[in-house]
Amino acid sequence: MTGQGKHSLQRNRLYPLFASLILLSGCRADMPGFMNPQGPIAQAQRHHFWVIIALVMIVVIPVIIQTPLILWRYRYRGHAVYRPKWDMSRWLDIIMWAVPILIVAILGVYIWRQTHELDPYRPIAGDQPPLEVQVVGYDWKWLFIYPEQGIATLGQLVVPVDRPISFELTSATVLQSFFIPALGSQIDVMNRMVTRLHLEADHPGRFEGKNMQYNGEGFHRQRFVTRAVDDDAFNDFVQRTREQGQPLDRDAYAIIAQKGDNRDVARELGLNTDDTDAVIRFSTVPDGLFHTIMAGSPIDWSAMTITPPQQGTTRTSVIGGPSDNDTAPSSDHPSSSHDRKEAQP
Amino acid sequence: MSDAMSSIFGRLGWDALPFWSMLHDHSPMTLINGVIATGAAGMVVLGALAAIVLVSWLGKWKYLWSEWLTSPDHKKIGIMFIVIALVMLARAIIEAVFMRAQQAVGLDGGFLTAEHFGELFTTHGTIMVFFMAMPFLTGIINYVMPLQIGARDLSFPVLNQVSLGLTAAGAALVMISLVLAPFSTGGWTGYPPFTELSYNPGAGVDYWIWAVTLSTLSSTLTGINFAVTIFKKRAPGMKLFRMPLFTWTALCTAILMIFGMPPLTVATGLLALDRYLDFHMFTTDLGGNMMNYVNLFWAFGHPEVYILILPPFGIFSEVFATFSGKRIYGYKILVIATMCIAVLSFTVWLHHFFTMGQSAHINAAFGIATMLIGIPTGVKVYDWMLTMYRGRIRLSVPMVYAIGFIMLFVLGGMTGIILATPSVDYQIHNSLFLVAHFHNMLIPGLLFGMLSATNFWFPKAFGFRLEERWGYRAAFCWIIGFMLAFFPLYVLGLMGMPRRSVAYFEPQYLPWTIMAGIGALVILCALLCLLLQLWVSIRDRHANNVFVGDPLGWPDAGMVGLLTAAGIQLPGAARDLQH
Repeated sequence: MTGQGKHSLQRNRLYPLFASLILLSGCRADMPGFMNPQGPIAQAQRHHFWVIIALVMIVVIPVIIQTPLILWRYRYRGHAVYRPKWDMSRWLDIIMWAVPILIVAILGVYIWRQTHELDPYRPIAGDQPPLEVQVVGYDWKWLFIYPEQGIATLGQLVVPVDRPISFELTSATVLQSFFIPALGSQIDVMNRMVTRLHLEADHPGRFEGKNMQYNGEGFHRQRFVTRAVDDDAFNDFVQRTREQGQPLDRDAYAIIAQKGDNRDVARELGLNTDDTDAVIRFSTVPDGLFHTIMAGSPIDWSAMTITPPQQGTTRTSVIGGPSDNDTAPSSDHPSSSHDRKEAQP
Repeated sequence: MSDAMSSIFGRLGWDALPFWSMLHDHSPMTLINGVIATGAAGMVVLGALAAIVLVSWLGKWKYLWSEWLTSPDHKKIGIMFIVIALVMLARAIIEAVFMRAQQAVGLDGGFLTAEHFGELFTTHGTIMVFFMAMPFLTGIINYVMPLQIGARDLSFPVLNQVSLGLTAAGAALVMISLVLAPFSTGGWTGYPPFTELSYNPGAGVDYWIWAVTLSTLSSTLTGINFAVTIFKKRAPGMKLFRMPLFTWTALCTAILMIFGMPPLTVATGLLALDRYLDFHMFTTDLGGNMMNYVNLFWAFGHPEVYILILPPFGIFSEVFATFSGKRIYGYKILVIATMCIAVLSFTVWLHHFFTMGQSAHINAAFGIATMLIGIPTGVKVYDWMLTMYRGRIRLSVPMVYAIGFIMLFVLGGMTGIILATPSVDYQIHNSLFLVAHFHNMLIPGLLFGMLSATNFWFPKAFGFRLEERWGYRAAFCWIIGFMLAFFPLYVLGLMGMPRRSVAYFEPQYLPWTIMAGIGALVILCALLCLLLQLWVSIRDRHANNVFVGDPLGWPDAGMVGLLTAAGIQLPGAARDLQH
């Protein structure tokens, strides 16, 4: 997607099959997705992808090569040896079981390690503290809340290069899956639950982000641009959002919560809708908005006190129904009730 | 009056007719989709009318009723199961062609509405799994298994009729949904909360729930019937380790059906309670949790995968042995491998949702368990190759399917191992890579197996052979069409294209979606070849009659292969038939 031609060429030499794939597709280094990785997670995933293929090929290639050879050599009108009663060979059996067992043993160790290493919940080590981003999935758009900066955006996620990003995610509606292929893993987002994700961008650029889990007729339009920029540009983005954005108030939120994509929101907010990649900026966000949405409580638009997020001990924190009342992070709101929240379509 | 009408018709109104929206909204998209939907509904109505007229014209109502519809004979029930499967196969392939056509022109648009596309992928998946694959393999096992073990019928013939009726009713519901639209758009998995009343108040999800529930009940009963038959009704001398391999796989499949189907019946039942009686099993509020549905669904879903693939493994074991003129290599090893697969299939369901936020320990454990299944499967593939080794191979139509299977299936196995790697699955889950993978298993695996079995055992059922020339054409169209249609989807998945997208905005996807569209057309040709094969075979049935001029009466090459496989000695005359 970006002009990282030099890097891609180097990688192509390492991965000849990849090279042939992209030559076939005729789109060279602009192939989207993790085959042209822009962050350490996606890069490791591509590496693992080819390692697994190489190991499994030990079993696959003999089948693909030998089957036609056997077909030809033992063809009906050929004169090859014919042993109709031969049906067992101890040595062949030992090899047949031993080779796959050995491969799976190697793969098993490898998978155990890399699954832990690339766990989306595992923070990425870096010189700088991670940037916190809270993501809320709607039908059919993503809201990005920057809690430290007190701003929010729609349609564009702007992140600094070379700084880990720590996502907290939830859904205001049905199950969705948040995914930036060029940077790394996808993770499911669910109403009343929080999932976590850690990513990092190596290079500045614009990468496609999407929802992978079908959630209705606007599903294919639930997209956003991830813009990785250097620190100065990021600070500039924060500053501009604070100055130019509109507050995320009750009216704006009602528009976001309706069914529709980024452009529908922009239109309803009276913004220019010609540029589909346009960022919709919100200068202020109610405190604790993310966790209120997640808990399904009514949003208190006047409260500006910071409610510290409480998370359960399980990794996918479930904030349940009335019985879980005392664990709900919004329990300090006197108006908290467990009716379907107003944001629900 | 209106009360009476509403108590009869409930929510059913004129807007359920597929052409209704077209009459009120004349935008091009509505017109195109209205015409397509109306055409499909017309085909259902005309097809039903044509069948009624044909039977009346031939005066065969009494014959149809007393000899077929009310017959408890396992052979006739098996054939009726296969007829359902073929009708549904035709519909689901046509739907697939529409979907591939839409994506081939889907850059920034296309001709199908998102709603229509959603119904297409939902019905395609639901039909192919529950009303094509399941009836097809149930039909084949119904026909062949009792003959292989020397039983006169299944243990519970009436239960067998009930199973057929339940499957037929479910299939009929799916067909009716074409006339009285719409069907669900929730995909064949029907994940809540999208399928809950608050997000999908229409009748579509209800169609889906009832169709799937009927089918799973049918399969549970069938599983019980098959397992009891194999354990209790074997002929004297037919010890377990003398059973043909197909019967062994039928036994494993039956056991999987008994334990694998009820979770889905429960899951769809609970979803129905949510929708009708305001329960909160899988809703987002009041304590519901959709993760429970996902676990229940895949507690069915993964054994289901092996329910679908084990019978073809058995069929290919017979086919490789028969057309290599040779005993099957490693009979006992194959039985053990099949049993290993059946047991392991219950231990891996979580790999269908690695991305749901479990700990890395859990994901890694299930990833490794999944790879363990690769071991016995790999052994089976090598056993089949060694069965051909030192044989005399005849490339008959069943054998062409078997060769296509063995070469393509290992590729699907490889992509399965890739998907079982949690760290990589985080990239390709929910993408077209996943779609390509399971079609790679189900088309060369299940479908080729079923078509191979049909060609192999057809003469046994009807007394004449299936015509070979159209058979070869169909087989090659299937193999080539499959590769053209699904290998591009692997590439698209690696490029991050989500499954179930009606349109996309990346120009890089276009060449691959066009290639997949061409593949879908080749598969359509394969379907036509199958129909022509059937037509030509019936037309020339007297020329292909297997009784003609044969003093033995029944030159049953298939049965010879099966008995050879089981190590049963055959009289010389019968043995010669296979060489």
